[in-house]
Amino acid sequence: MSLEEPEPDVPAPVEEQSPDELAELLGDHVIGREEHLNAPGYVIRPDAVQDVLSTLKEEAGYDHLSCVTAQEYEDRYESIYHLKKFDDPTQEVSVVVPADRENPVSESAEPVFRTADWHEREAYDLVGIDYDDHPDLRRILLPESWQGHPLAEDYDQDRPQIVPLRENANPLQEDHRGEDDTDTMFLNIGPHHPATHGVLHLKTTLDGEQVADVESDIGYLHRCEEQICQNGTYRHQIMPYPDRWDYISAGLLNEWAYARAAEDMADIEVPEYAQVIRTMGAELCRIAAHMLAVGTFALDVYGDFTAIFMYAIRDREKAQNILEDLTGQRLMFNYFRLGGVVWDLPEPREEFFEKTRDFLEDLPEALEEYHDLISGNEILQMRTIDTGVLPPEVAKSYGATGPVARGSGIDYDLRRDDPYGYYDELDWDVVTEDGCDNYSRLLVRLREVEESAKIIEQCIDLLEDWPEEDRTIQANVPRTLKPDDDTEIYRAVEGAKGELGIYMRSDGTDKPARFKIRSPCFSNLQTLPEMAEGEYVPDLVAALGSLDIVLGEVDR
Amino acid sequence: MSSDNRPFVTDDSQVLTDTRDARMTGEDNRFNSKLREAFGSSPFILTKFDKFMNWVRGSSMFMLQFGIACCSIEMMHTYAVKHDLDRFGAGVPRASPRQADVIIVPGTIVSKFAPRMKRVYDQMPEPKFVIGMGSCTISGGPFQEGYNVVKGAEEVIPVDIHVPGCPPRPEALVYGVAKLQERIANGESSPVTVKPYELEQFGDLDRDEIVDQLAREIDEEDLVMRYNWADSP
Ligand code: SF4
Repeated sequence: MSLEEPEPDVPAPVEEQSPDELAELLGDHVIGREEHLNAPGYVIRPDAVQDVLSTLKEEAGYDHLSCVTAQEYEDRYESIYHLKKFDDPTQEVSVVVPADRENPVSESAEPVFRTADWHEREAYDLVGIDYDDHPDLRRILLPESWQGHPLAEDYDQDRPQIVPLRENANPLQEDHRGEDDTDTMFLNIGPHHPATHGVLHLKTTLDGEQVADVESDIGYLHRCEEQICQNGTYRHQIMPYPDRWDYISAGLLNEWAYARAAEDMADIEVPEYAQVIRTMGAELCRIAAHMLAVGTFALDVYGDFTAIFMYAIRDREKAQNILEDLTGQRLMFNYFRLGGVVWDLPEPREEFFEKTRDFLEDLPEALEEYHDLISGNEILQMRTIDTGVLPPEVAKSYGATGPVARGSGIDYDLRRDDPYGYYDELDWDVVTEDGCDNYSRLLVRLREVEESAKIIEQCIDLLEDWPEEDRTIQANVPRTLKPDDDTEIYRAVEGAKGELGIYMRSDGTDKPARFKIRSPCFSNLQTLPEMAEGEYVPDLVAALGSLDIVLGEVDR
Repeated sequence: MSSDNRPFVTDDSQVLTDTRDARMTGEDNRFNSKLREAFGSSPFILTKFDKFMNWVRGSSMFMLQFGIACCSIEMMHTYAVKHDLDRFGAGVPRASPRQADVIIVPGTIVSKFAPRMKRVYDQMPEPKFVIGMGSCTISGGPFQEGYNVVKGAEEVIPVDIHVPGCPPRPEALVYGVAKLQERIANGESSPVTVKPYELEQFGDLDRDEIVDQLAREIDEEDLVMRYNWADSP
């Protein structure tokens, strides 16, 4: 994304198939066609899911199963597989799988894309679709004993529920030893544990000091975000919630995900000036989010609460102060509006610019400190280099994105590959590392802070010289938005943790009929067993720290 | 070193008389405190010392390191540089509930987590205090209408101080902690009453439709929490 000459090693453009070519490729599996705003949709037979997805993956290059949306219509259930290409995420296709109203069963995509495992479990849990051939179809977000599927039409929210509190399994008891008499031991980590970054429960089986198996038990913070967004109006009532998905100060990045989807759906053009402000705010959020990720990672690896963690918080405070000047809040900004932002930069503008510039000026020194304290430290290097290894192919099959993917050498960043906002006018680079280990992921975050700083600096330059009469902060948006009936869209932005996507379907009213959040952490967390199995327990903790999950976004 | 110190001598000649006198002056409220009023315990346990103890308790609080949701980010900021809760004698987070005496509940409580939170609270030694941080712990906050969200921490455990906000600023949390310290120093704590959502054995629940449905899955002795969403505020 540079303004200069294109670099010599520009990759060859990815081959693109026209919708008709794809239809031909899929042959008679296709029983209908749909048009989603972002991609062509193919309605296929419910027993041909694996065939269709593997054809698309092997022969057409759609290697990224970004999201699985399940929903209920009056006459049928439906799962939508949103596919993309890691090499060019603007090439998308939706595979629509209808299922019977009385007996909703469709084939599982898990053998083709590992990431479908959790996505389909979620669809089963919340909507109630059964997936044939799924290895382990259980509830994932709600407790096992829950009655009913809350996003289904006939769910009664007032019915009583009973949730058991099972004692943690006793590792010394005979029946908790693993099969075939190995000396394995069962260990619970969480759901209330300092190293789990929130309320996550890891069921770990140990063989000696090594991790033989680890299973994440999530749902301790499932706050019904999708239901709540479905009950809110597009124009104003949804925007406050994205702040609370990834709450590590990534508020504006999340708001952008919703803003982008809704603006594309309702065909709203955002003024350029507002785009620059958005870009600047979003990158400030990214810095704050990465600071906390780095601080807590060091906390996990060294247990050092006094130095590094405090340093990270110190720098976060500065970023938060700037964001507070801009938005009026420290954490839950609610600053974006459909069609722009809520207000202009604070007056006096010079002071705001100066404050931001001061922050950017101090940043290199601060980063140097981090490198001295963290990445240059031998102990940390011994703990993190070559531990928690995540090969790129595995990362892709789990749909990992963001710093986790980029730490595995996958050059994938929606800010550049599927441009939005003002990013494609600015000069910055996508950071990748190919160590595939915990250390690479740490480095990626630290270097991304520098890139974000570059972006902010350019935005400030632009804003400073912006002629006063052109400072339009909001487009003209009708008071009530009612997108056309049955419009469907899936749009993603690069959040702090990776690809944050929103699927929306309208039904002609002022509220979305289905609102689905594709959370990057949800997919990233799925890779944990791949990274931790065979490693020592402390490496498991380091791997979890390097994934930088936030449970608000995993559970939604 | 110690050899050249004078041995520490106490005057214990009056101790017996003092204690007896103290016990005999029943009407005199000198030794009574709010805590005693609340608990109604005998004067035998509470001496002047209790006032001192209350003051000590309030000035050296061990907080449980407990993060749930968004509010915990602001809670971390309250512990860390700039706001530095430690200045007020309340900033040492303990990772184990058995070593902590204050729990800040910073976030939304959902059905799956409430039994765990109750368990963690039960594991803390007495006397213990609870600070509810944020709107979610007051009423469920922005997620009040969710099918899975408990409508406030008070449904599960007793709360001493509510700090409103979404999230409250660190300053607000510091103020809340200071208020709690004041209350503790005055010997006050919130009365422990039966909460709407308690842990009980599955076998003790009334046999209704849902219990019948789950009877095959859940053992009689398993602890469960039963949510009556319809009666929730
Ligand atoms: S009160 Fe607001 S900030 Fe706090 S946990 Fe609830 S939603 Fe998050």
